[in-house]
Amino acid sequence: MSDAGREFVTPEGVDLRLKVGAVSERAGALVIDLLIIMAALILLTILVGAALWVSNVTARSAPAVIWLLGFFLLRNFYFTGFELTPAAATPGKRVMKLRVIARNGGRLTADAVFGRNAMRELELYLPMIFMLSRGQGVDAWVISLGCLWSLVFLLFPLFNRDHLRAGDLIAGTMVVRAPKPILAPDLSRDGAVALNELRFTDEQLSAYGIKELQVLESVLRSNDRKTLAEVARRIRGKIGWIDEVGVSDRAFLTGYYAALRGRLERQMLFGRRRADKFDAG
Amino acid sequence: MAELQLKSHRFREEREADWRRLERLLTKVEGRSPGKLTAPELLEIPVLYRQALSSLSVARAITLDQGLIDYLESLCARAYFIVYGPRTSVWERTGRFFSHDWPAAVRGLWRETLAATLIGVLGLIVAMALIHQDAGWYFSFVPKALAGGRDPSASAEFLRSTLFAAPKGQQHSGLSVMAAFLFTHNAGIALLAFALGFAFCVPTGALMAYNGAMLGAFLSLFISRGLGVEAGGWLFIHGVTELFAVTLAGAAGFAIGTATLFPGDRPRAEAVAQAGRRAAAVMTGVVVMLFVAGLLEGFARQLIQNTAVRYGVATLSAAVWGLYFYGPRRRGGLGHE
Repeated sequence: MSDAGREFVTPEGVDLRLKVGAVSERAGALVIDLLIIMAALILLTILVGAALWVSNVTARSAPAVIWLLGFFLLRNFYFTGFELTPAAATPGKRVMKLRVIARNGGRLTADAVFGRNAMRELELYLPMIFMLSRGQGVDAWVISLGCLWSLVFLLFPLFNRDHLRAGDLIAGTMVVRAPKPILAPDLSRDGAVALNELRFTDEQLSAYGIKELQVLESVLRSNDRKTLAEVARRIRGKIGWIDEVGVSDRAFLTGYYAALRGRLERQMLFGRRRADKFDAG
Repeated sequence: MAELQLKSHRFREEREADWRRLERLLTKVEGRSPGKLTAPELLEIPVLYRQALSSLSVARAITLDQGLIDYLESLCARAYFIVYGPRTSVWERTGRFFSHDWPAAVRGLWRETLAATLIGVLGLIVAMALIHQDAGWYFSFVPKALAGGRDPSASAEFLRSTLFAAPKGQQHSGLSVMAAFLFTHNAGIALLAFALGFAFCVPTGALMAYNGAMLGAFLSLFISRGLGVEAGGWLFIHGVTELFAVTLAGAAGFAIGTATLFPGDRPRAEAVAQAGRRAAAVMTGVVVMLFVAGLLEGFARQLIQNTAVRYGVATLSAAVWGLYFYGPRRRGGLGHE
């Protein structure tokens, strides 16, 4: 599912095919965010402790206040604050290249951001409180009920198409991947150079379709010597290539890629899309 | 050489500079300083965005270069979020939340708020009636940890001492007491009431009734020792804010519950999402209210030992919240989002 992307049509009528953020990426982002919050709290404790020590005041309740109040304020306003910025992502989400969007394609409203983060209280911290209150007169069955509770919420994103957690469902949001785009060089240019020395016949070019072309593209982009050699051997065998010039594997493949792409694109302009090698076209 | 150049490659070469320019502008906007963009640059973004979108449509039709299509897809998505994203800063949006969104959301839930209040009052009356008949009921409503010795076996002097004169050694720990109380009890009840609305309102209703019952148990205990008025002052100086907050949380829970039960013409997920957004706005405010209640409880109650003044603060807070939420206001110049 995540490969094909999710349908997301802009007002201009173009489908952007957004990729839904994987559960693992989101878990990673959450861990990073929690670590940042934790670090901030520790830093604050040290600073306040130092300030108290310098001014010679003893306040034994200070650490408790910082952790109870600080954690509460931070966990509520850290997520909301960062998700209201133009990037719509907490630092953790930025690292994992994720962002929050409104599911209906509209603007991400402040309400929605508040909503999805208010629910986090319930999904994450409440079970945590259940666990921590162990041995304080809370029955075992209450704790196991709490575990079951958190399990339901934790596994929630695994059981729907858009990996929504309960907060996303309530707020009408979802988390998508937002990688920084990198424009890779066009392989057909290298291919054009290689084609100065290579000639392919029409039969040789009709061996493959679009799917194989795209596999070849990813092989060329990853540029792994062993894979290149193996793929070149296969293609040479398949099209019955007789090596006269003695070109390198990479040059052969880029040349073949450019020629094949040229042929398939020409066919496409005339309305024929050859999906793969089994497609008679 | 020239004849070997693909059409799709020429297509890319002709437009690549524009895409790169858009990419640079986006990086600038997403960075910390969108203010650094000049006016012409800002105007350029939507134009470049639409160009990139049309490039994407064309590319899907004419090119088989997957790398290029991937690039254009993520470039367009990034630009889309900027072009159709919020125009205001975090601070403006926060300001707008408190000046408009929150009171509007609270007003929108007036039916649910009324229902939550009625259920709470019902719980209060039932608890008082039961305890009046048999003091043993007290322990069914108030957990031992919370009672702190304030139970039917306590003497009137002890009960009076819990209302006034902060015990020695606790003067400094006011804030930490407040924090502990805020987290362990009220915020917990409020969030539970909101969150459990999911389960078709039933647990939320039960929580509201229980909260009312606990209040009733406390009050009836103090009334039975002739301390009703003083206990009222002790309770309501922060209780007005706190009970209102808990009631609003219950109302938010009811809103979600009714949306799950009766989604109307819309798909259930959509109905829940809509109710959820409004309820969430209320809940964010509730957290703020509980914070205020905690401050009143931690500080104001320790500092103000006079019952009349306590009632004064309680009345004042009721007036402030009432006016803030339900008072007449100018029709907002900004439309709804």
